Amino acid sequence: MTTALEERPITRADVQAHGLTPFEYQRIVELLGREPGLTELGVFSLMWSEHCGYKYSRARLVELPTTGPQVIQGPGENAGAVDVGDELAVVFKMESHNHPSAVEPYQGAATGVGGILRDVFTMGARPIALLDSLRFGELDDPHVRYLFRHVVRGVGDYGNCVGVPTVGGEVVFDDAYRGNPLVNAMCVGIVRHEELTGASAGIAGNAVYVLGSRTGRDGIHGASLLASSELGDDAVESRPTVQVGDPFTEKLLLEATLELIGRGVASGIQDMGAAGLTSSSAEMASRAGTGIEIDVAKVPRREPDMTAYEVLLSESQERMLISADAAGEPALMEVADKWDLPCTRVGRVTGDGVWRILEGDSVVCEIPVRALTDDVPRYLREVDPPPYVAEVHAGMPDPDQLAAIDPWDALETLLAASTIASKRWVWEQYDHTVQASTVAAPGADAAIVRIRGTDRGLALAVDGNGRWVYCDPRRGGALAVAEAARNLAAVGARPLAITDCLNFGNPEKDAVYWQFAEAIRGISEACRALDTPVVSGNVSFYNESSRGAIHPTPTIGMVGVVDLARTILPGRGRPGDLAVLVGGEGSHLGATSLLKEVLGLTAGRAPAVDLDAERRLGEAVRELAGAGLVRSAHDLSDGGLGVAAAELLFGHPRETGLDLELPAGVDPVKVLFAEDAGRILLVIAAENEADVSGRLSDHGLPVRVAGRLTGTPVLRIAALGHRRRLDLEALWQGTIPRIMQRTESSR
Amino acid sequence: MTDVPIGVVRFPGTNCDQDVFDAVGSVSGAQPVWLWHKERDLAGVRAIVLAGGFAYGDYLRAGAIARFSPIMEEVIRFAETGRPVLGICNGFQILTEAGLLPGALMRNDRLSFVCRPQWLKIESTATPFTRHYRPGELVRFPVAHGEGNYFAPPDILDRLEAEARVVFRYVDEDGQATAESNPNGSARSIAGIADETGHIVGLMPHPDRAMEALVGSDDGRRVFRGLLEAAA
Repeated sequence: MTTALEERPITRADVQAHGLTPFEYQRIVELLGREPGLTELGVFSLMWSEHCGYKYSRARLVELPTTGPQVIQGPGENAGAVDVGDELAVVFKMESHNHPSAVEPYQGAATGVGGILRDVFTMGARPIALLDSLRFGELDDPHVRYLFRHVVRGVGDYGNCVGVPTVGGEVVFDDAYRGNPLVNAMCVGIVRHEELTGASAGIAGNAVYVLGSRTGRDGIHGASLLASSELGDDAVESRPTVQVGDPFTEKLLLEATLELIGRGVASGIQDMGAAGLTSSSAEMASRAGTGIEIDVAKVPRREPDMTAYEVLLSESQERMLISADAAGEPALMEVADKWDLPCTRVGRVTGDGVWRILEGDSVVCEIPVRALTDDVPRYLREVDPPPYVAEVHAGMPDPDQLAAIDPWDALETLLAASTIASKRWVWEQYDHTVQASTVAAPGADAAIVRIRGTDRGLALAVDGNGRWVYCDPRRGGALAVAEAARNLAAVGARPLAITDCLNFGNPEKDAVYWQFAEAIRGISEACRALDTPVVSGNVSFYNESSRGAIHPTPTIGMVGVVDLARTILPGRGRPGDLAVLVGGEGSHLGATSLLKEVLGLTAGRAPAVDLDAERRLGEAVRELAGAGLVRSAHDLSDGGLGVAAAELLFGHPRETGLDLELPAGVDPVKVLFAEDAGRILLVIAAENEADVSGRLSDHGLPVRVAGRLTGTPVLRIAALGHRRRLDLEALWQGTIPRIMQRTESSR
Repeated sequence: MTDVPIGVVRFPGTNCDQDVFDAVGSVSGAQPVWLWHKERDLAGVRAIVLAGGFAYGDYLRAGAIARFSPIMEEVIRFAETGRPVLGICNGFQILTEAGLLPGALMRNDRLSFVCRPQWLKIESTATPFTRHYRPGELVRFPVAHGEGNYFAPPDILDRLEAEARVVFRYVDEDGQATAESNPNGSARSIAGIADETGHIVGLMPHPDRAMEALVGSDDGRRVFRGLLEAAA
């Protein structure tokens, strides 16, 4: 056996080019007891990148609650798993694909969906729902329209082809994301407890296989360079680091993987996602406490003359690494043949704790597994609030500026704001009915998909408000969790757990690090209060362009359960029914949609959040739903009571109208557009008013009859007069289709 | 009496296979049977459903490769004996590619995938699949496709209309065929057609996703009841 370790001596320039500090390089030398080879250096740069190694985030992530009686699998596997009864578990995770989507929006978004699907089905779960959380700059920019159209198409085409419904999500437009859009995709699957599979290498002596696509040069350095550094103005030049997706192969891989798991052939399966073969093999060995040996010469390739380095770092899509008892090889090959997928034995699990890469007879890398996965440098800093925070808090508009706002003008502006306007243009491009289980479709507060074979459904929502987190990261973090829980309550569901996708700027900057630390605190507090542990997630740092950092945007994907006989669905109210406002009148105008869309301001504080009240609100709504007392519901979020009332109305048959009453002696703009947390509108039958009010009061919740559904299609607001429903709805429905008819620019 | 075996064809990229399998299985007296695309054995089935999806990825043209698969040679032979064959969505595309139904399904005129609940008018009850509907009845099935824009030369369209072979038409909730109610630009708002015998029907909308009020509509159930009766 020869050795290829000393390809050439490492220079200081090499270290820098790999994104490693001199300190980190020194640590590598100590861990190896020698200088690394060039390939080994590349491997360390990948495994110690923030994307794979969480070197800046890990020390803060430990604050998040991750346990609870419902949790079957917390963070650390491909996805988290939570018990949903009947020996079934829900498996879910959300992940970002921001930088690839900024550079090549269609493939970036598509492969983001592909990756998150694989994370779920490698656990043995059949994916039953996808959701996505998207952020773009304002749509008046032709390049933003280009990104928006192609991201939506990429998300849609991939999920549509694989046959997993995209049932929900959110899209927000704010200049803060102009240079750096966010594409977060969440996948949810169902598995029988006994088929829940991990990504462990198993025992020494197992054989290691690559199943799926051949390995090409696409995506090399996607994780370390594209995902772990800021986007420069020349970002388009890094298009070759974006992977290319093939959803048809994904579908084959999905069926083959579930069949392998069902037949008990595989002991561990890991998606070869970010950092490809390198990360998947090291992580599988790390989980098992074993070593692993891979011969890159045996890995099937798309193109000739690839170096070992390229094979190790390629992020070609739709590939799986499988550890299996070699005795099961015939069964493994039979399944691969059935689905026409290449499957090749490329190595073995060893007992020596070493990650060893061979190329034929040569040793290319020889690194202790722990050095790659456990000895990653971890940075913990204590930083003060950055100066911008006080400035933002002090930036509220003058009272006379607010007094000059006309309530109807404001409502019309808000309904036509792209963030608030209907996203039908988006979700009509997503197959949201495949699998014939979608009970509450996109447009509802939370999606509901039935759990086949049971009388329960999963309720799913994704939420995040970057503007709030920018102004008040701790409150903003907590509010994202609270809003998701409220969305679940609005369909009658009980929250179980969350996945989080933490999108921030460059953590090496103090302001960003502070935002991150504070947001984690807020998320942790809310998750504890609402009993929704974090079972999986993803950190995406370096979301910065030449325009600066994005608004810090943790997005929360929440999963809950609902009795299908007790769901609350949109549009079920009838003329004469009452609209009841639960949770109190609004007065908080800081950091609201009103300030942003009407005055063009991002200023003030985010609303305060009373987590105990949020918890009681959820319990009360579920109690009312259980008693059959709620016809419809909509939570108050962007645009406050005014927008919530209009959207509640739009969910109803076209001849329905709504009369809204305001409390006496209040400023209508404040009451209509304040965004105080913890509030929801419930539609109830008039004869149940006393019962409903009594029950809500028993939960300590303020309640007021705020309106009544009518048979005349207008929205009337107390003494302010009325507008035709058709006109308001045209603004809300028409904004995005109209803007998207304008021309686009790919750069 | 034993249950009537009804075949559900599975190409590798079929993704509505389970939905159709369950829809068939929910009709009392029907026994769904998988037919794998590499097989030639129709396992004695009495009717066949081609389900939606992306049979072989459909990167070329929807259904263009599926028609050359081993199972399709048998399905074509089976259809030519006058047995009932239903193609839904991708299944409709495959039936036109295979020449069992006239015309073609082109890319949607809006150039993007469209998924929405869709009102349809039952234009012909002279097929096994629509015999339990009233002529002119309005039903709601979801649509979900990127290539559902039905095209045929005018003489073929005229013939389809004259022979009452237009089975389903896209309409609005008032029963009118308008530009807005046509989700994909199909000629004459055609959503589904039959062959000369009425035993082969293809449609883009999904009756298999309209089997229970819980998921928005149960208007599709009668399609599968009619299928079973024709097969028995």
